[in-house]
Amino acid sequence: MSKSELEKRTVIAPDGESFEVDPLKDYFCDARPKVHEPVLPIFEKFLNWARSESLWVLGFGTGCGAIEMRPLMTPRFDAYRFGIQWRPTPRQSSVFVISGYLSVKTLKRVIRSYEQMQNPKFVMALGSCTINGGMYWDSYNTINRLDHYLPVDVYVAGCMPRPEALLAGFDKLKHLIREGKGEGANLYAKNFDWYKGNQKKIIKDWDMPDYNW
Amino acid sequence: MISQFENIKQLFQLEEITQQREGLILVTAPREQIVSFVTHLRDALNYKHLVILTAVDWIEKNQFQLSYILNNPFEKCDVIVRTFIDREEATMTSIHHLWEQAATYQRELREMFGIDFPGSPRVDKPFMLEGWDNIPPYRRDFDTKKYSEETYFPRPGRETNDPTEFMKKKLYPDEP
Repeated sequence: MSKSELEKRTVIAPDGESFEVDPLKDYFCDARPKVHEPVLPIFEKFLNWARSESLWVLGFGTGCGAIEMRPLMTPRFDAYRFGIQWRPTPRQSSVFVISGYLSVKTLKRVIRSYEQMQNPKFVMALGSCTINGGMYWDSYNTINRLDHYLPVDVYVAGCMPRPEALLAGFDKLKHLIREGKGEGANLYAKNFDWYKGNQKKIIKDWDMPDYNW
Repeated sequence: MISQFENIKQLFQLEEITQQREGLILVTAPREQIVSFVTHLRDALNYKHLVILTAVDWIEKNQFQLSYILNNPFEKCDVIVRTFIDREEATMTSIHHLWEQAATYQRELREMFGIDFPGSPRVDKPFMLEGWDNIPPYRRDFDTKKYSEETYFPRPGRETNDPTEFMKKKLYPDEP
């Protein structure tokens, strides 16, 4: 979306009626995220089991690690047998795989996509770049620590991790969710101001709502 | 090949015509002559393809070097046209009217080196860095390590070694 599309403007409908559109307000909800407490522990346990068995991954490749996700989909590694599948839109996905280094420009898109995902949502970070910057640790344009900007559930170390390592990471994530430790979305809501402060420190031309979904 | 350039040496005030290897010639031209010289190369000498337009920061000489690499697809040979511009007032004439793709290179140079190309399409729009407020990052006086440490929350515990010292200690531990 270009910047001019985000500006407030008057639109004429097919029936001739004109009305004002403010895309930042009308197309997205920008209410702050809330912490969702489990209603009934035993019911939550059942839900967590269901969630862990249907991990839907957002098809968003941020860095070189995106290439490792293609073999995962295809018959050799076949992640679909574990209930993992790739979805084209954030509205349908529950897992965000940050695949490799993140430039500031990409981080902006990542934050928007992450916030548009439904709760509960999980973040898996691939490669050493997301842990401490990896080989781009002194770059002017790539972040060093992903956990300062998004709550990370599972790290998969390596440069790049093989598809087997990714599968192990998904397995770990499943266990975490079943134990009730996949609380990334609640963590994000709880420490919202801290995360936003960190994000705004590096994204200098902040031209989007503080939270949108 | 090289004789082509010797013939027009006077016309465009060319300097340092050297043959780097077979099919690659290096030429230096003054900045006022660049557009006419590159146009001549394209239209008269069949250098039809602009391979890349890039820059080098010679901070010691207070100069930027601009390199125009042109390719002649009929004779399968390249020429690198170099020119030097002042580092303080870094502006250069645009060549987007000769090759459309030059506009993208010029936009990148504007952002990464701070070299301005007045009149080039969308040259002031951000290319990769959105909202950059420091000195252009490819200039050599920009300290990328310091900037990264101040901005991106470095994870403590990283050890760095000087490669020379480290390998010396590892391979020849007895020598002083």
